[in-house]
Amino acid sequence: MAVDVMATPAEHSPRRALRWFGMPVFLAVVGLALYAYVSAQDLDSIEQRTLNAARLTDRVIEHLQLAALSTLIVIVIAVPLGILATRRGARFVAPVVLVLGNLGQAIPSLGLITLVVLLAGVGFKSIVFGLVAYSALPILRNTMVGLQQVDQTLVKSARGMGLSGWQTLTRIELPLAVPVILAGVRTALIINIGTATLSTFFGVQALGYVIFQGIQLDRTPVLVVGAVMASGLALLVDYLAGVVEELLTPRGL
Amino acid sequence: MTEPMIRLDKLTKTYRGQPHPAVDQVSMDMPRGEIVVLVGPSGCGKTTTMELINRLIEPTSGRIFLDGEDVTNADPDALRRRIGYVIQQIGLFPHFTVAENIATVPKLLGWDKRRVGERVDELLDMVGLEPSEFRGRYPKQLSGGQRQRIGVARAMAADPPVMLMDEPFGAIDPITRDRLQNEFLRLQQQVQKTIVFVTHDIDEAIKLGDRIAILGERSQIAQFDTPAAILSNPASPYVEDFIGAGASLKRLHLSRVGDVGLDTGAPTARIDGDVAAARERLRSSGRAALLLLDADGRPQRWVDAGDLEGSDLSSAGEPVAAVVQAGATLSEALNEMLTSNAGVALVVDRSGGFQGLLDFETVMVATRSAPEFYRAAKVPS
Repeated sequence: MAVDVMATPAEHSPRRALRWFGMPVFLAVVGLALYAYVSAQDLDSIEQRTLNAARLTDRVIEHLQLAALSTLIVIVIAVPLGILATRRGARFVAPVVLVLGNLGQAIPSLGLITLVVLLAGVGFKSIVFGLVAYSALPILRNTMVGLQQVDQTLVKSARGMGLSGWQTLTRIELPLAVPVILAGVRTALIINIGTATLSTFFGVQALGYVIFQGIQLDRTPVLVVGAVMASGLALLVDYLAGVVEELLTPRGL
Repeated sequence: MTEPMIRLDKLTKTYRGQPHPAVDQVSMDMPRGEIVVLVGPSGCGKTTTMELINRLIEPTSGRIFLDGEDVTNADPDALRRRIGYVIQQIGLFPHFTVAENIATVPKLLGWDKRRVGERVDELLDMVGLEPSEFRGRYPKQLSGGQRQRIGVARAMAADPPVMLMDEPFGAIDPITRDRLQNEFLRLQQQVQKTIVFVTHDIDEAIKLGDRIAILGERSQIAQFDTPAAILSNPASPYVEDFIGAGASLKRLHLSRVGDVGLDTGAPTARIDGDVAAARERLRSSGRAALLLLDADGRPQRWVDAGDLEGSDLSSAGEPVAAVVQAGATLSEALNEMLTSNAGVALVVDRSGGFQGLLDFETVMVATRSAPEFYRAAKVPS
């Protein structure tokens, strides 16, 4: 699929190549360097227990599950709300949902998740709930902005040709808003990947757990591996989201 | 008179919070197969009036009849699928290919794939764009003129009897606009739609309209008549003012060269023919000059008796100037005559063959007695 993207005309410039291959190459180099660094260390038993492939893979999977699930839930909630808030006749809900979204994002992430945990107890579900509240705004706002920036003459043209309101939304407005909405999804995803690191304080063992252990046990290699992997994962997901964004953008735009 | 295609009966639109209606009690009959132009100053409500017809704007009161049927309360989406619609910005969907854009309404109507495909190609042919080349393009890969043509093709896709066009040529450069207008008239001659056309440009109205409705404030009809009648007998000072100065000159736009009496008595000879015969022909015609034509009958040079003294005709005399096609308007012919400093225009057919001469006097006579030409002159040949 990525090859397909590269094949569109006038994209064979070095800058394009850097854009598509720069990040994967960078991440591979960082990964190798990290591996080399850890291999060169004399690991004690505690470090060996933490830094092995099986356990680290579990951490990454847990981390991705948190971020993916919460982002998915946000999409399911915020996109329809965003659509509703831009419909004639339901526009009065726009300020309300925006206030709620702003509230979610304005509260510091750690505080927000703490509040949720206090109300609902520790565990995976509470973290997801906190992440959803925290990352709803970008998708909500981008859905609204994306729909609002659709050229109104296109909407008029569509309605004038006999497309119903629903057909105009699904065939014209939403496809044209897709790039902006996806940018919001990407932002939310990155926020969730980053914030999911905090879940370690509430009994979920994502990548934050590795960092936290490194600090608690005073083991620099563990700390470094946790920090680099959390950052690298965020960059990788951002890159992949960018590729998806490019692929899902309708042709002709 | 047969049933009008569109009948507006005391149509009124009042917006909430405004003391005066935007459109006030407009009644109008639009005959089948004609182009009715709504023309008026900005803000007079001409676009609102048009949008009341396909109910993009719902009337406050009054009734709309389409082909005798009261559609005031019909399902608006179904109604609009029966009415072609083109707006100034054309509004092609940027994420649809040309084919998908044109296919919009046929698909809504549930046509099968093959029928849609054939119709798309047929329409592209009709608007002069090669289907194989343009079918798969996206709107951003088209020029302004091409977009406009696709817009018209899209509006005609499901062969609606009625089309609404809101300044469709408004955002196009003057040269392309002129060409598109001519194409549009030729197309209309083929398809014979009932077209409601909105513009603020009186010249465009005169050129395109079978009938013109000059609108004043609140869409009040100041005059609704043929272009010729409006130009010769403006109903009020307002109409006169709107037509502007030079109504007589504007009338020259209405007649075409091919429809006025041409002078066909000019002596001609083949440029590669016999000089002596040419000399004899000029002498016997009693005229001052003879026209040399090439093998295909295309005018080449003017020669007088003195020029015919020599033996080589190919460089004798003066090259011809002011050659106009029979489909040109009198205004265009006159312009040619003035710019080329020639007393006459040479009228040729489509392939360039000589048909006759047009002089100033003929133009003047035609202007004075023009009405009978108007209908025939509408469509360029």
